[in-house]
Amino acid sequence: MELFLSALRWIFDPDHWQSGSISPLPIQDRFLEHLRYTGTSMAIAAVIALPLGFFIGHYGRGRQFVITFTGAMRALPTLGLLYFLLMVFGYWLSFDTAPLVGSTIAFVILAIPSMLAGAYSGLESVDRQTIDAARASGMTEWQILVRVEIPLALPLIVGGVRAAALQVIATVTIASYAGLGGLGRIITSGIGLNDYDRILGGALLVTALALVVDGLFALVQRVTATPGLSEHRPAAPRRTISRSPRPRTPKIA
Amino acid sequence: MKWTRENLDLIRELTFNHVQLSILPIVLSFVIALPLGWLANRNRVLRSVVITVGSLLYTIPSLPLFVILPLIIGTRVLDATNLVVALTIYGVAIMARSAADALASVDKTTIDASTAVGYSSTARFLRVELPLAGPVLLAGIRVVSVSTIALVSVGVIIGSQNLGYLFQNGKQRGILEEVIVGILISLLLALIFDLVIVLIGRLLMPWNQSDRGGPSKRIAVPGAESQLLAPSPGDT
Repeated sequence: MELFLSALRWIFDPDHWQSGSISPLPIQDRFLEHLRYTGTSMAIAAVIALPLGFFIGHYGRGRQFVITFTGAMRALPTLGLLYFLLMVFGYWLSFDTAPLVGSTIAFVILAIPSMLAGAYSGLESVDRQTIDAARASGMTEWQILVRVEIPLALPLIVGGVRAAALQVIATVTIASYAGLGGLGRIITSGIGLNDYDRILGGALLVTALALVVDGLFALVQRVTATPGLSEHRPAAPRRTISRSPRPRTPKIA
Repeated sequence: MKWTRENLDLIRELTFNHVQLSILPIVLSFVIALPLGWLANRNRVLRSVVITVGSLLYTIPSLPLFVILPLIIGTRVLDATNLVVALTIYGVAIMARSAADALASVDKTTIDASTAVGYSSTARFLRVELPLAGPVLLAGIRVVSVSTIALVSVGVIIGSQNLGYLFQNGKQRGILEEVIVGILISLLLALIFDLVIVLIGRLLMPWNQSDRGGPSKRIAVPGAESQLLAPSPGDT
């Protein structure tokens, strides 16, 4: 407990937030770096994964591909992928751009499966009758996708983005080991200096960042849920149709 | 291939360690998660507690957890126990949720029927609920297995000797082959573990074989008549 208190004191020490201190301080610089890497790679991954997931979900083609692909990607060791890309790009690019490009690509690769699975399974969770009704009322396929399927699937889509964000935040921490910035840098330098307050302080900062981001996405998931569709929330177990403790009809009162 | 040929002993030893470090957390997380899943299925408050705590733990990034853990459980920083405990925590976080879902997937009428023919609650759990929850439990343990094997390699940062050593050493010495070999063996291990788990599942649940490939396939282009053929959504 004493160690935690002293780590917290380390975090809140104003000296460690002073701009212009020796790297890896000040903390806010590493914090912003961490967010920047995460944000950039998430944006790139979203541009690739979400449209693909929507396509597969809408047409129902390539389901097996998504399942196999996401399963196989889960088996890929992050550290190995990261180091592999860093080395490959190290051959081509200059010393200062290689870590950034290599690790960003690694983050993108790691973020894609969750986003793809979220987008795909979100669309698949939409009631067939609802889609048929939309089609019967004269909507084009594009309108069905944009106005019916995506809004109804939004909590699950956001759920995929949420999982991807956590994966990237965790991996950025590891990437500090390979010379990238970010909060992991604080842990790494702490290990080098044998400074426990610093190690633990860095670890707590990353954990706090992950928890806050996770909480924000959880909130977004709740906000984007279509009212009256509570049983489609991602928390619902998959096969409880026949044995749900609650009545399936929406509450009236 | 030169590096590989010259370092077969090292590769063999690291692979062996990697397997050892993976098996324990996988087995432990199953053993710990099953009672938690059972608890979570008793009432809604416990369910949300188990799932919330599980997802919070799962949220903690791996490197910080590896670093924080020794301070909490009082081990030395470079002790292999840290890695096993950390991986077990992640495994339980996935598996408890999965176990709760698995037990919830058992048909209520079947449970009522087994009560009616005279099963005590313990016997009913062991001989009716558990076997019927088997397929979903199996799916959960497969996820745990794959992610554990991939995560073990991060442990090299806290001094654990496993395939992650090939990544770190390969990067430091600039031997790309070493990193690639590490990745390939890690993928291969994940595949072998998965096949073994599926095989164990087949042996324990011979009635489940026709179920392979998922219970239902979505009809490709939805049309009005497909509603008659398609099973209820959410059942996939």
